Amino acid sequence: MKTVRIIGRNIRDAFKGVFRNFSLSFASISCITITLIVVAISMVLSENVNNFTLLVERDVTIVAFIDNEADEDKIEEIKDQISVIDNVDKYEFKSKQAITEEMRDSSDVFDSIMKNWTDEENPIQNTYQVKVIDINKIKNVADEIKKIDGITVVKYGEGMVEQLIATFEFIHKICIGAVVALILVTAFLISNTIKITISSRQREIGIMRLIGASNINIRIPFIIEGLVLGLLGSIIPVIITIYGYTELYNKFGGHLFSNFIKLIKPVPFVYTTSSILVLVGILVGMFGSWRAVKKHLKI
Amino acid sequence: MDLIKLTNVKKTYRTGVTAIQGLNLTIAKGDFVFIIGSTGCGKSTLIKMLYREEKPTAGQIVVGGIDVGKLRNGKVYKLRRKIGVVFQDYKLLPKSTVYENVAFALEIFGLPKDEIHAKVIKVLELVGLKSKIKNYPAQLSGGEQQRVAIARAIVNGPKLLICDEPTGNLDPETSMEIMKVLEEINKLGTTIIMVTHDINIVKQMNKRVIVLDAGRVLKDYEKGTYKHENS
Ligand SMILES: Nc1ncnc2c1ncn2[C@@H]1O[C@H](COP(=O)(O)OP(=O)(O)OP(=O)(O)O)[C@@H](O)[C@H]1O
Ligand SMILES: [Mg+2]
Repeated sequence: MKTVRIIGRNIRDAFKGVFRNFSLSFASISCITITLIVVAISMVLSENVNNFTLLVERDVTIVAFIDNEADEDKIEEIKDQISVIDNVDKYEFKSKQAITEEMRDSSDVFDSIMKNWTDEENPIQNTYQVKVIDINKIKNVADEIKKIDGITVVKYGEGMVEQLIATFEFIHKICIGAVVALILVTAFLISNTIKITISSRQREIGIMRLIGASNINIRIPFIIEGLVLGLLGSIIPVIITIYGYTELYNKFGGHLFSNFIKLIKPVPFVYTTSSILVLVGILVGMFGSWRAVKKHLKI
Repeated sequence: MDLIKLTNVKKTYRTGVTAIQGLNLTIAKGDFVFIIGSTGCGKSTLIKMLYREEKPTAGQIVVGGIDVGKLRNGKVYKLRRKIGVVFQDYKLLPKSTVYENVAFALEIFGLPKDEIHAKVIKVLELVGLKSKIKNYPAQLSGGEQQRVAIARAIVNGPKLLICDEPTGNLDPETSMEIMKVLEEINKLGTTIIMVTHDINIVKQMNKRVIVLDAGRVLKDYEKGTYKHENS
């Protein structure tokens, strides 16, 4: 109860304090706002790239074509051999009949050509469709499968897939690096801005100490003030994220450049992103204040 | 019972100046004591050590059962909560009202609002400032500002009130009004130690008087004896 009252009073005072020293507070708030906007952009970019990478990864399949001479026993044997290869996630047998059906369904042209084929005439081969765990080592798996007796050809998006994914992962890492660096820089900027605010309140701190405020008593109001600064600083970035991203998504119809690159759906993505922004803003503000007030607590 | 006991206290500042040396002193609970002496004799240094603004270089200081010299930095607030301090320059928050300045001392500790209100009103009544609770310090006279400072110092109900030249900026008439307030507080049980240069006040009040000289106790007059020996 006592703690609740202390915190409640401090939140009230923090808002008062923010507006009383508005020019200084404004500097801190702007600082946080700008950082969070960049953080938001990086997050949207990086999450989309990451999402896209996942989609591509999920889609990448090694198709192993089986010799049409192979009988059922042979097919079973191949399956056993695939199952023991490192880095294999899932594998699935797809018979030539199933593939034929699929192709016929997908196009009238195929349908008219294929409908009169008998099983013997059908040149399409039985296949194993293999998914891998680590997409970066897909080539090794493909090479292993190729060695298996009874496999004629192994296909996957050779080269192109690996390169695409490597590029995306690189972009993703750069985004994360940039965000972390920016947050650190802002924390120190805020810390310095709040230091100025605190210097102008030396008198208040002196009086607090004189009347028996403990270090925590003294620190809490400033930390809460940092929290409020962070909260106020995250308003604009949150609005930009929610409306901006939704707009963007709708404008492009959920795709970028071509149907190939799918954007993340705005809901709940913008809300989770916004929550993270608010959290980052609050933490940065609190950390800044905490650091700034430290040197005033020597007694 | 002694509220304060100093044994062989010495204070040498980092600059090499020795402000207090070989000082022995006891002050009883409920006492009203003046500390006088020429400028630079160590009066402020002595009382600063009582509320641990300064640490003694040697000797022992016990205030209300707390060994002040051994008190760790993080625990100083425990001592301060037992002591109210009033200065010549009031030390009020200029952007807060009279009420807020006094309530400030209670709000830090998370008291309920109505309890704070009751205490603040009571103490402002005691110092005679109830009609000005909404004023800002700049809208008050020096004597009124000092009364706010006193109210803030005693609102926690400290055992000890320390005043360093509380009437230093005030005219004789206002000074006497402040002294009446202090006497009232003393009657309610608070021990008061007051540093002053105003000999008239000392004579009129008829309290115990400690005269410092070059960091030592030169003379210690029992209650009521100062006036007779110095007229
Ligand atoms: N923080 C300090 N650092 C170094 N020396 C100090 C400090 N404070 C006081 N002194 C010195 O200690 C001596 C005693 O100072 P103090 O302030 O206790 O005197 P005082 O009796 O209160 O004088 P006054 O009546 O003028 O207020 C003086 O010589 C002063 O210069
Ligand atoms: Mg002095």
